[in-house]
Parts: sequence; structure tokens; C-alpha cells
Amino acid sequence: MGRGTTAEMNNRRPALTMTGALSLLLVLMAFGAVMIGPYELSTGQVLAVLAGQGDEQARIVVWNIRLPRIGAALLVGASLAAAGASFQALFRNPLVSPDILGVSAGAGLGAVVGIFLALPVVAIQVSAFVGGMVAVGVVMLVASLVRNTDRTLTLVLIGVVIGALAGAMTSLLKVLADPYDQLPAITFWFLGSLAAITDDDLLPALPLVVIGLLPLALLRWRVNVLSLGDEEASSLGVEAGRTRFFVIAAATLITASVTALAGVVGWVGLVIPHIARMIVGPGFGRLLPASALIGAGYLLIVDTLARTIAQIEVPLGVLTAVIGAPFFVWLLARGRRGWS
Amino acid sequence: MMLTAQGLDIGYGTRRVGRGLSLGVDAGEIVCLLGPNGCGKTTLFRTLLGLIPALGGTVALAGQPIAALRRAEIARRIAYVPQAHAPPFPFEALDVVLMGRTARLGVFGQPGNADRAAAFAAMERLGIADLADRDYSRLSGGQRQLVLIARALAQETPLIVMDEPTASLDFGNQAQVLAQIAAIAGAAGTEERSVILSTHDPDQAFALNARVMLMKDGQFHAEGPADHALTDETLSAVYGLPVAVEKTESGRHVCVPSIAARSSTAGVSGASG
Repeated sequence: MGRGTTAEMNNRRPALTMTGALSLLLVLMAFGAVMIGPYELSTGQVLAVLAGQGDEQARIVVWNIRLPRIGAALLVGASLAAAGASFQALFRNPLVSPDILGVSAGAGLGAVVGIFLALPVVAIQVSAFVGGMVAVGVVMLVASLVRNTDRTLTLVLIGVVIGALAGAMTSLLKVLADPYDQLPAITFWFLGSLAAITDDDLLPALPLVVIGLLPLALLRWRVNVLSLGDEEASSLGVEAGRTRFFVIAAATLITASVTALAGVVGWVGLVIPHIARMIVGPGFGRLLPASALIGAGYLLIVDTLARTIAQIEVPLGVLTAVIGAPFFVWLLARGRRGWS
Repeated sequence: MMLTAQGLDIGYGTRRVGRGLSLGVDAGEIVCLLGPNGCGKTTLFRTLLGLIPALGGTVALAGQPIAALRRAEIARRIAYVPQAHAPPFPFEALDVVLMGRTARLGVFGQPGNADRAAAFAAMERLGIADLADRDYSRLSGGQRQLVLIARALAQETPLIVMDEPTASLDFGNQAQVLAQIAAIAGAAGTEERSVILSTHDPDQAFALNARVMLMKDGQFHAEGPADHALTDETLSAVYGLPVAVEKTESGRHVCVPSIAARSSTAGVSGASG
């Protein structure tokens, strides 16, 4: 009994310290990122602008260009990593990424339809968001019609099928698209970018992400139990099917919202939860905030690189893959037996 | 009666694995389910736990039909000890035990200090308190099985269902797990806990002084106290080879299959396999 309470304190205090330390680090990194760019700013200049002073040019750079983009990088990174951690726990597989059920393929098709019809940017974003949600909705609907005792495997397989169908339709539209104007836009969308982000893009996505994170945070203990598999979770008193539905819906809402904003940004949702699990362990109550914080920091670094290392913008998806893929191999190589 | 099943048809979809099964488990009783591979033991357990629907007949927990109960209500009445397995993520053993408290929490609830204390007490009771902060995925099979039994204890149910709790354990671990099953069943103090377990070793039914349900091809072939239900005739008929039940000098019963007569029974095992 005495030991039980000791274990409790031992476990919880470092977790809070860790969350606090990561948050502080994130603020410092964001501050640093504001200073970096073609138009360099000193610490004093940034502080002055944040205090409502500073010269006109610095104010425009900070408020209109850098901060929206930094905010987007933090939001997209946190969202993808949180969704990835959720899907990995749900599918009991650490190799799962947030687009396992076809949300990226669906959002891609939605975006391509929007680009093909030459819709305004906002409409393309809405179309991508709807495409992502519809794709996963169709996957869940079809999976519920298939009679198979292994629900998660059924979901994954139907996800592959729906993803392939959406990919096929996307390819068809690419063939039909205007090769000088629309095709490059489609290509860049699938590589992901935060270059064109403004406040107006960011503000609608933010509440959607919060709405998605809320059920994940509330259900955090049940997500742990669900990662033992349906049968055991049920015998422990969890309504497995219903809980899984809410977790998938929430994680999909998050992923679709930020994918509509940034295009397809791969690898974040796959790699970051691994790093978070190495630091705070597999308990979802700690894994979810840790993944979100580390994901935010990671994408901030990558996006700052994307806008500064070359004369032109390097597509985000290229960088996340170039950094993420070898890192993942390193993780696997150092990995002991399990997935810690 | 903790649990009653009447005229139960079990199986998946349209495929029936067993028919007309009736059984009851009394408070404080140990029931031992025996039978060859594929006779329907696991399917029966899944039906009793409400994990798959009965294809016919009824299962009732403390008089209430299981089909009308929510998962959390079932989980407060029956705990399930699956065969020891490796989870995909490296949870601490105490966290795995703590999951036994889930049915006592709200949908958005988190286990608190009282739950941690209950989980730790369950581990202490099984003598595995030292495993509390160890990585469950790195424990031995015997240790994992004990952690899963501790989880069932933490669930605080009047009935525990164990699916081959000694399968894949070495000789020493089998004896240890068996001793713990004997210790947690029965009327200990104010609690009365029943255990229903499946096993491949009929000796265990004698060792646990259990009531036996001997199963063959989806039906109960014999049932009753171990020394009534497990005889040369019933065991030979169910397992398809000559078995002799012998008494040792210490008074224990052991079941001895005939290995010498293999040639004469080859046809039988070939037909049933």
C-alpha cells in the first residue's frame, strides 16, 4: 500500500515536469524561429514587436508572415503526432500512421477536385477536409458491413482499399488537369507546405483540432485498455466498438483539419509517437500530450529549415521524409525487443 | 448460482461448435473444463463472457441474462484471464493490473490512488509485488500469467474465468499458478470467489479438487466431482486412447495415458484429428 502511493508520486511528478519542460522549450524555439528568416530580426526587435512597438516592417514580418506560419507548424505537428499516437494505440501497432484509414488519400482527392474545378483556396481546403472525413466514414461504414471477428484488421484492409480507390480517382484527375497550372499545384499539395498560410487559414482549423483532442484526452485510460485488443478490453468492461468509433472519429477530425491546411505531411505521425513513448512510456495519458508537444517542436524545426535552407521553399513532405525515414530505421535498429 | 447456462448452442455465425450445453457455477466453487483440442472450450468461455452471442439457449449472471447487461456490468461480475500474451506496448506490470479497475471507473474516469492500492494489493496477494514496476512485455510466461490473475483479482468479481492458465508454462510455474488458483477460490474470509478454468491436464482437476466438466465434440461427456467424472472409461472415450486413473502412495490421483498401445489407437486419433 505504502509502495503503491510512492509509485504514484514517482510516476506523476516527472511527467508534469516533462510536460512543463517541453512546453518551455517549445516557447523558446518558437521565439527563435520568429527571428530566423530572409529578413533577420534581433531578440530586442522581436520583443519590441510583441510588446506592440517596433518599426512597421518588423511588425509586418512578425505578425503577418512569421507568427501565422509558426503557429501553423506547431498546430500541424502537434495534431499529426497526437493522431498518430491514437491510431497506434488503437490498432495495437507502432507502425501505423494517421493516414492508415485513408484520411490523406481522401483529403488528397478532395483537394484535387477543388484544384481541378479552379475553386478558391478556402473552398479547396474545405473540399480536402470533407474528402478526408468522407473517406474514413466510408471505411467505417463498409467495415461495419463486413462480417469478420477481427475488427481492426477489417478496418485496416478496407482503409487500404478505399485509399487505393481515392488514389485512382486522383490520378485520373491529374491526367485531365491543366499541366501548366493545375498539375504543379496538385503535386505541391501532396508534398505539403505551410508557405501560403495566413491567420485566416489557421483560425478555422484550431477549434476543429481542439474538438478532436478533447475526446482523446477524456478517453485516455480507455485507449490504454483498448490497446490490449477487443476481447480483453470488452472483458475489462470497455464497450470496444463504440470507444474505437469515437477515437477514430476524433483522430480523423484532427488529421483532416490540418491536412486541409498543409497538404500531406508524412512521417510526423509515425515517428514522433515513438520518440514520445521512449520518453514517457506507453500510457496514453502521458503519451498524448508528450506526442503533441514533441510533434509541434519537430515540425517547427523542419518548417524553419524548409523556408531557410535554400533560395526556394523546400516542400515540407520532402524534408519530413528525408529526416524521418533514416531516423525511423535508427529507432528500429536500436529498438530492443518491444516498441519502447 | 453465480453463473448458469441452459441449453446453450455455441459457435460463430452459422457454424455451431457445441449444442445443448448446460452448466452452473456455485459461489466459491472451482469448475474445471477438460477436453481435447478443438472441442469448444474457448468458444464456450467466450459465450459465457458475452464476447460472442449464444446461438441458442441462455447465459445468466446472478440470475440476469448476460445479453441484457452492459460490458461494465458484466466485467463487475466475471473477470477473464486470457492465456499469457505479449502486448504491443511496454506497459508496467502494475499498469496492466490497474486495467482490471476499468469497470469501476466512469467512461472518462482515470484510476486513482485507491485503485492503485487495490492493484498493488492484488499483486502482493499473489506474491508478485516486486514485479510492479517491471516492463510487462519482458516478463516470463509464468510471471505474466500471475500478473493477469492479479488483474482479475483487482477486478473484484465473484467469478473468474481462466483460459488454460497453465498452458505454455514450465513444470514449476504450473504448480505455482495452480497453487494460487486454489488459494484465491473458495470462501476466504468475507469474499466468496468461484473459478472456472480450462486445462489439458486432468491431474490438475484432482489437485484442485474441482468439479469437472468433461467435454467432447461440443458436448459434455461427463460431469461431477473429479473422482466421479474422471475415470478410465470417460477419459479413454474423450481422448481416444487408453487412460488409467491411478492413486499414488500419498493419495493423489494421476491420469496415465497408455503410450505402449500407440499402434492400436493410431486409427482412432487419426480419425478424430
